Amino acid sequence: MSALSLPRRDRATPLWSRALFGLLVQYRRTWRSSVEMNFIYPVLYLSAMGIGLGGLVNRHLAASHAAALGGVSYLAFIAPGILASSAMQISTQEGTWPILGRFKWERTYLAMAQTPLRAKDILTGQLAFVALRQLMTSAVFVVMMWAFGALTSPEALVALPVGVLVGLAFATPCIAFTATQETDAGFPTIHRLIVIPLFLFSGSFFPITQLPRPLQLLAMATPLYHGVALARAATLGHLATSASVGHAGYLLALALFGALVARRTFERRLVR
Amino acid sequence: MGAPARALPAGARLTPLLLARPRRALTLVERSVRVYKTKWIYIVSGFFEPLFYLLSINVGLSHLVGSVELGGHPVSYARFVAPGLLATSAMNGSILDTTYNFFFKLKIAKTFQSVIATPLGVADITFGEVGWAVVRGSIYSVGFLVVMAAFGLVTSPWAVLDLPATMLVALCFASLGIAASSYMRTWQDLSAVSLAVLPFFLFSGTFYPLSVYPHPVALVIGLTPLYQGVVLCRGLTNGIVDPGLLWHAALLVALSLAGLAIAARRLGRLLTP
Repeated sequence: MSALSLPRRDRATPLWSRALFGLLVQYRRTWRSSVEMNFIYPVLYLSAMGIGLGGLVNRHLAASHAAALGGVSYLAFIAPGILASSAMQISTQEGTWPILGRFKWERTYLAMAQTPLRAKDILTGQLAFVALRQLMTSAVFVVMMWAFGALTSPEALVALPVGVLVGLAFATPCIAFTATQETDAGFPTIHRLIVIPLFLFSGSFFPITQLPRPLQLLAMATPLYHGVALARAATLGHLATSASVGHAGYLLALALFGALVARRTFERRLVR
Repeated sequence: MGAPARALPAGARLTPLLLARPRRALTLVERSVRVYKTKWIYIVSGFFEPLFYLLSINVGLSHLVGSVELGGHPVSYARFVAPGLLATSAMNGSILDTTYNFFFKLKIAKTFQSVIATPLGVADITFGEVGWAVVRGSIYSVGFLVVMAAFGLVTSPWAVLDLPATMLVALCFASLGIAASSYMRTWQDLSAVSLAVLPFFLFSGTFYPLSVYPHPVALVIGLTPLYQGVVLCRGLTNGIVDPGLLWHAALLVALSLAGLAIAARRLGRLLTP
């Protein structure tokens, strides 16, 4: 594709925003099917685990005078964990089937690539779409946490960008991988062998100090651990530590790394 | 078209289920086995989900929860939860094939339109599909039981009855799954399935006793299918057995029969002119 045939670029609206706009127009017709995954499931987990199971946990910890959770209720402990975990789950879901669909089944990307949009514009628009969806989901979840009484600090608003950051840290590597795939055969394996173990062992439901030492180190190497820790620091109001900087740095680095790889795989697939 | 040459047995007008021939239904089970021979990875990977849950609870949550009272005795939280996950694995094993995959075969691939042109009837299709789902559910249950035993979470000889109990759970969700899927019109309708399955998993007393709920809520949950399976497996695995368990089994049988009857009736409408 040569630059000669491209129309003059309108500096006011960057090209990627047109890709984003295209995806938003599509979403206007399909948003209903995403409601349960994005809004209902997290709330179901929050009420079952936070309130139902939380009753048992709080009673046990009170009776044994243990401060395993740092003195907060189980609900307040797991709510940020569920926020970060849902961000991971939504991003891995969104980063697999729908992306492959836009390459292969609905071919939205192929249509976009016939316009002046370049592969990197399409990718940026897609990532902006993921970030926007994630922001909406996190916002609803934080309101729910507030309604459940699981918020203790105004710093909780920082949980919104944290949700977006976790979402992007998982979305970009997933999207990079999906752009190399021809079928969806590998996706269930990602879900069952990566997403579910991360969900269960990254400190969402119990402090990872309860894991044996080698597993602890393994958990600390995973992105979800950092997402959960950062979200928890936000909702419990102890963000201002050097650990928070480390968590955010890790997630940011992963998101950027994924985006760079995705740019390569997008270009390889869309530019012939 | 389609009118059987032989006389209908008495009662067949009540429900087409009575026209079923086991050997014919088995050919449909065999079809599923052949289909999955090349896709065995789907079955194997489905086994890991409850396994990861069990590991996570054993190593993490059980220390936070301590012990839970069961039949008047305190038991460790892992011993409380594991049977619930066992029942859940049977549900998960049977529900996928009888909802998403069943819908695909019915509406997209038109598999059953071909099947109905053979000597098989709607009752054979119903039993054949439900039969395969029970097989898949049982594969998961047996695998999970072995893991539970390895963790030392099986403490009573009654646990051998866990297998028929989980088969009942699989049967129940398979029949209800087919009955419900026969009413679905689009893929979007099918999202109702996951919307139903997750609350079953989270709220059926799997993770905590029903006593945490207000009384009316507990009464409603006490009638849902997964709860029956959870109570059955929990009692049998821990050897806390009383005649009350028969009520839970009977409820599962009743729900299964209702599901089967509705499924066969609906399939008759959809597949025969």
